[in-house]
Amino acid sequence: MSDGLHPAVVSAQPSQRDEKNPDAPLFEGEYQDRLEKILSRYPFKRAALLPVLNMAQQVRGWISPDTIKRVAEILELSPAYVRSVASFYTMFQLRPAGKYLIQVCTGIGCDLCGAEDVVEGLLKATGTRIGETSADGKYTVVEVECLAGCGFPTMVQINDRMYENVKAEDVEGLLKELD
Amino acid sequence: MAYPHAHPREVRLLSKYFGDEDAIGIEGWAERGGYVALEKALEMGPDEVTEVVKESGLRGRGGAGFPAGLKWSFMPKDGKRPNYLACNADESEPGTFKDREIMRWTPHQMIEGIIICSYAIRAQHAYIYIRGEMVDVVRVVNDAVVEAYRKGYLGENILGSGYDLELTVHLGAGAYIAGEETGLLSSLEGRRAEPKVKPPFPAQRGAFGMPTTVNNVETLAAVPHIVENGADWYRQWGTEKSPGTKLFSCCGHLQRPGNYEVSLDFNLKELVYDLCGGPPEGRQLRAVIPGGSSVPLMTVDEIDCDVSYEGIEAAGSLQGSGGLIAIDDSACLLRSIRKMVDFYAHESCGQCTNCREGTVWLANILRRIERGDGREEDLPLLLDVGANMAGRTICPLSDSAAVPVVSGIQKFEEEFVAHIKDGTCTAVR
Repeated sequence: MSDGLHPAVVSAQPSQRDEKNPDAPLFEGEYQDRLEKILSRYPFKRAALLPVLNMAQQVRGWISPDTIKRVAEILELSPAYVRSVASFYTMFQLRPAGKYLIQVCTGIGCDLCGAEDVVEGLLKATGTRIGETSADGKYTVVEVECLAGCGFPTMVQINDRMYENVKAEDVEGLLKELD
Repeated sequence: MAYPHAHPREVRLLSKYFGDEDAIGIEGWAERGGYVALEKALEMGPDEVTEVVKESGLRGRGGAGFPAGLKWSFMPKDGKRPNYLACNADESEPGTFKDREIMRWTPHQMIEGIIICSYAIRAQHAYIYIRGEMVDVVRVVNDAVVEAYRKGYLGENILGSGYDLELTVHLGAGAYIAGEETGLLSSLEGRRAEPKVKPPFPAQRGAFGMPTTVNNVETLAAVPHIVENGADWYRQWGTEKSPGTKLFSCCGHLQRPGNYEVSLDFNLKELVYDLCGGPPEGRQLRAVIPGGSSVPLMTVDEIDCDVSYEGIEAAGSLQGSGGLIAIDDSACLLRSIRKMVDFYAHESCGQCTNCREGTVWLANILRRIERGDGREEDLPLLLDVGANMAGRTICPLSDSAAVPVVSGIQKFEEEFVAHIKDGTCTAVR
C-alpha cells in the first residue's frame, strides 16, 4: 500500500482540493495503486465508475473530455456511457471551476433562514454571477440543493470543507479565511 | 460537552453521545459499551438475530417505515449467490440531517449495526453508500472503518467467530434519487441512479444482480441496542405499531433547531413548542412539515398528535424521514412550496414522463403565481397535474413533488388565492 490508504475507503475520498492540476497524469504512481484497490472492492469493472471518476476529479479538478476517454478505456466502457453517467451527478464538474468552488445550500431549510442573502453576499464579494468563475480564476459560486444540515443554516461547502451557520455578514471573513 | 439543545424529555439511545468528542474513536466507543452487542450477536445464530430485530418491531427509519427484521428475513439462506448489505447513508431529503449526526458523532454505532445486520443476512460484503457532499462526515466514517478493520471487527474471522465481512465506503456523487433504494443500487453498479421497477425486490435481485438488503443509517444504528438489550426492552418506548425511539431533525423557524430523539409516542406539538421552543419571539407558526419535504404540510391545529407512524398519518401527514420543517408567518408559503417543488424538478431522474414533465410544470406554474401572473384556472391545473403524478411512476419521487402542492392547496388555499386574485401575500413581514 504505497499511500497507506485502506482499500475499504479508497472509493470515498473527497475530490475538490484547493490545488487543481488539470494536466496531471491519471492513474499513475499512487493513483495506479488506488485504482487497483478500488477495482478490488467491486465484482465487475463498471461498478467502479463513480469512484474512478471521483478519483480523476481529485487529481485534475474536473472531468474533462480527455478524462472521460481515459476512464472509459480503463473500465472497458464507451466514452458516451461514461459521459451519460458523469452528467447525471451534480458533483462531477464537467467544466473547470475556480480554485474555490463555493456551494451554497438554498434548499427549503436554509431558504427559510436567509440563504438568499448569503448567496447575494457571496456574488457581490466575488464579483460574479451564479456559476461564473471570477476574473482572477479564484471563485465559482453555485446554488445547490439541500446539503443535509438544515438545523445549521445556511450550509456552505467550499471545496472539501463544510461551513455551518453562515450568515450574510460572515461572507467577507469566510473568503478571507480561504487565502 | 452537551449537544446543542439537548432536552430532558428526550430518550437518547442513539444520540446519547452526540457532542462527545471522545465517543468518535474506537477506544472511546468501546469504553462506552461499544461492540458488546456484536460479540453477543456472533454467539447467536444469524436467524436468531433476525428474530430479535423482528420482535422488536424496529421499522425502517429512512422514510418508508418497513419492518427491518421482516426485510432481513426475505434474504436467501442457501448461500448459492453472494448476499449484500447496502447501508443507505445518502441522506438528502430536505429537512433531514439525522444520519449526518449519527455518523459524525457515533460512526461506530452505525458500523456495529452494519456488521450485525450483515451477519444476520449472511452477507460477506457490505457497502456504505454515503452522500458525496458530506465531506467532513465522510472523513470520520472512513477513519472509523479503518479502525474497525484494525481491531478485527471487520475482515476475516471476526472475533474468532469464523464469520468474514468486508465493508466498503462508497461515495455518492450528488443525486437525491440515489437515496431511493433501487436508485442507490443502480448507482452502486456504476450507472445513473435510476430507480428500477419492483418486483424483483432487492432481496431477490439487488446490488450487482444479487440478493441485497438496503437499510438506513438510523435503522442500523438502533440494531446494536436491540440485540444487546432485547426486543421487550426496546418496546418499552413508542407504540405497538411504532416501537422504540426516533430522531427528529427540526429546522426552519424554531428557537432551538436540531436533532431530538424521542419515544415514538411523544406528542408532535410538544416536540415543536416545548423541545424546539416554538417559533422566534413574536412569530406564529403557520405550517409544520413533520417528515421531510415529501410529506403533506400540516396546519398548526393538526399537530396535536403522537409522532408514531400511525399517529402522524391519522393527523393528515406522514412521519417520513423525521425531518421536521417549521414555517412561521414571516414566510411566503407559496415560495416555500415552490422551493420544494424546484428541488424535485432538479432531482427527477427523467425516466418517467409524468415526473420529468410534471415536476417542471408544477414549478413553472407556481413561479408564475408567485410573481403575480397567476390565473384563476391555475389551482385546478396544479391539482390536475398533481393527480397525474401520483402513483404512476417507477419510484415515489413524482408523488413527493406533488405532495407539497396538493396539501398546500388543500390546507392553505387562501395563500394561493391572495397571490392569484390580489397579487398579495399573506406573509406578515
